[in-house]
Amino acid sequence: MLLAFAQTILFIAIAPLLSGLISKIKNNVRMRKGASVFQPYYNLIKLFSKEEVISDTASWIFKITPVVVFASVLAATILISDFLSLNSAGNFLALIFIFALGRFFMTLAALDTGSSFGGMGSSREMFISSLVEPVLCLTVFAYFLNGHALSFCSVISAIALFLVTLAETSRIPVDNQETHLELTMIHEAMLLEYSGKSLGLIELSSHLKQMILFYVIAWIVVPVNFSEFLFLGHIAVIIAIVIAVALVEVALAKMRLFRVTDFLGFAFVLGMLSVVCGMLGA
Amino acid sequence: MFDLLSLFFLFVIFIVSLPALIYSFSYLKGEYSAKQIFLAQVLLCVFILSMALVVTVTNLIAFLVSWEIMSLVSYLLVVSDGRNEKSVKAGMIYIVMTHIGTAFIIAAFLIMYKYANSFDFIVIKSISSTIPANTKNIIFLLLFFGFATKAGVVPMHIWLPYAHPQAPSHVSSIMSGVMIKTAIYGMIRFIMAILGVTSPSWGILIMIFAVISCLTGVIYALMVKDIKQVLAYSSIENIGIILLGLGLSMVFISFKFYYLAVFSLIASFYHLLNHAIFKGLLFLCAGGVYKATETRNIEKMGGLIKKMPQTALFCLIGAMAISALPPLNGFVSEWMTLQAFFLGAFNASGTMKLFLGICASMLALTGGLAAACFVRLFGITFLAKPRSNHANNAKEVSFSMRFAMFFLACLTIVFGIFAAKITGIISKIAAETAGVDATSMKFPFDSLSLTRGAGIWQISVPLLAFMLAVFTIAGFVIYRMFGAGQRIYKTWDCGYYKLGQRNEYTATAFSKPFRIAFNFFLLPYRRMNKIRESFYHVKTFAYETHTVPVFKRYIYSPFVIWVFKSAKFMRRIQPGSIHLYLGYIFVTLLALIIFVHKI
Repeated sequence: MLLAFAQTILFIAIAPLLSGLISKIKNNVRMRKGASVFQPYYNLIKLFSKEEVISDTASWIFKITPVVVFASVLAATILISDFLSLNSAGNFLALIFIFALGRFFMTLAALDTGSSFGGMGSSREMFISSLVEPVLCLTVFAYFLNGHALSFCSVISAIALFLVTLAETSRIPVDNQETHLELTMIHEAMLLEYSGKSLGLIELSSHLKQMILFYVIAWIVVPVNFSEFLFLGHIAVIIAIVIAVALVEVALAKMRLFRVTDFLGFAFVLGMLSVVCGMLGA
Repeated sequence: MFDLLSLFFLFVIFIVSLPALIYSFSYLKGEYSAKQIFLAQVLLCVFILSMALVVTVTNLIAFLVSWEIMSLVSYLLVVSDGRNEKSVKAGMIYIVMTHIGTAFIIAAFLIMYKYANSFDFIVIKSISSTIPANTKNIIFLLLFFGFATKAGVVPMHIWLPYAHPQAPSHVSSIMSGVMIKTAIYGMIRFIMAILGVTSPSWGILIMIFAVISCLTGVIYALMVKDIKQVLAYSSIENIGIILLGLGLSMVFISFKFYYLAVFSLIASFYHLLNHAIFKGLLFLCAGGVYKATETRNIEKMGGLIKKMPQTALFCLIGAMAISALPPLNGFVSEWMTLQAFFLGAFNASGTMKLFLGICASMLALTGGLAAACFVRLFGITFLAKPRSNHANNAKEVSFSMRFAMFFLACLTIVFGIFAAKITGIISKIAAETAGVDATSMKFPFDSLSLTRGAGIWQISVPLLAFMLAVFTIAGFVIYRMFGAGQRIYKTWDCGYYKLGQRNEYTATAFSKPFRIAFNFFLLPYRRMNKIRESFYHVKTFAYETHTVPVFKRYIYSPFVIWVFKSAKFMRRIQPGSIHLYLGYIFVTLLALIIFVHKI
């Protein structure tokens, strides 16, 4: 119980650092100096101390959403912590459903202010997430088919999950966190009406969600039976993912929205491949 | 054979019918004259009782009679609402499709009677092992297609999206929540309990149809703009989820994995019960919205959360439950169904694993699309600014209507949080139905999660609910106390200064990405018409987009045309001459005499 509590606090504390690391690496690869890795923390502090503007069209859904989103991500953090762990398929699946709860409210809040941007973001977010869900399900399926061991199957699952993570954390090539260009933004379009502490809470939730997804991939790649090195192994894999995400963001351009189906279709095929590998016991 | 299965379905029928009955009094008030209302209420009671009869009788003939009463009374209820062509047409499609289904069922019953020489369920069950395998397959197919027509399984679903929206809302709520479930009862009773599952191919066939229903239902639900039609299509999807559990259970029975069979049957039963509750709730909410705005087109709504705060809250709960969000009841049953797939794949072998994996991922896709569908439904209907005067003048509905919604919304929450208790009870029903002795089986219902290894803490729904509630409330309190102030201001409008309802995202726009992604199936087309004053200035702009109703255009319309053509051809033997008719009677008599003599 105490360990789980410590883990949750640790997750919240580290989560913004990963985003900072990703942008630092991106900048360094582009031969720029870039902001400090602690920039996300400064941003959060700034947002939490600022006045908030709320649209006069918004209802209580808009006001409660940041808290619901944060609560759902927090519940997910506890779910994957030592307290409950991911050792059963049921918990893994529950993770998908808990993320869906946060997303449901986020997309409703985006529609709530009556801005076209919100509707656009909400529609696209639901579109992408509904295509992500079968891939997530299939990777979890393959992984549990195979048991908790490092194998060909689990590596392919992890790759499929990595592609899904790019989509879920609104990274290039699916979305771009750095832009506010009206025709391309997805996640940012939903947040457009948020400011001050609400925006801070949502950003913190996004960092935390990213951390959880990275951790899940690490958890699939580093099998449970290496328990003594478990912690170090997980950290190594998470750092590797951070570098991979940064490189992907630098190397690729954002896709057209309707090309995302191809991207996620590829992830789905990888998922199928890992199921086949799991079937063959490879 | 009045057993736990009948009792379970009786429970489902009454738990939705009672709030619908309470709701109906104020819903009908002001729409019709007192005499019409009285007649409608009598019909409604007959309808509820006929459904109760369907699930309790123990005799094929009695079953058919009550089935027919149910169909006819529901037809009358469907046509009762509209004083327009639409209702009559919807009722026509409904009654024709229902009777095609009934014809299949009667054929299956006749074959069963031939072997048993009795109409009694118990007698048929006792001789069912003597029926040869091929005949059993035929009976299965007849029963499945017969009941699937009533359940609205794709491609026999054609009547459902017409009939359910046209009925008065409380009737839709009963039809969608309960009546289509009587068809599931028929499948469980006759295929599983009486005939006995012999071949895994039965379950696989059901699962294939179920997956098609799930996806087709939810994709169409994302496209349509009529609030009740969205719910009707979503019923097709949910019937698919229920049948997935049922089919899976049949596969496991034929493989003799009794533990898994009972587990997936529990998931199926629980989803059936949950769907009855939240779909009943959502139809009542839709009826409230219709009553308040006098339109069913969600593009004309918006901003209703401020005009009808309570209806909005109940509708939000229903939408969350149907999108399978924790900790509500829809989450629990979908979660269990997915776990049944996972667990089945551990135990099955070969390509069965792959099949189960694909089914599970399609179920996940359905869940994602359903969430999108209900974000659209709730967001466009209740949020942002009113899109028309209909919505602007809306007022909260009467107390008795809100009470009915409140009751079902509470059940949605209770059935989610106390799922462990309820699935414990359902496990007995499922075990009895599957013909399995479940006393030795241990279901970890405190956790509702299955695992291969023991000794691992599992997540439980009450714990999850508790966590979510505490975090939300605590978070909200801290959030309010802490930080700088708030300011109310206009939505950012890019300096346009005229942001109004015309700038809001519409339901059609919301579903555009889905329309493009599934264009191979939806075959969308659009028509644009620009009228220009000059080259630079477009005076008016007309835009029209539609999808092609694939099933209607490529299956049903050609069939109907063929039927009329052949009827025209057959009319040649009916020229209206009495002499010829007497000749026909004479020839028939002769033929009969020869036939009887031979036997």
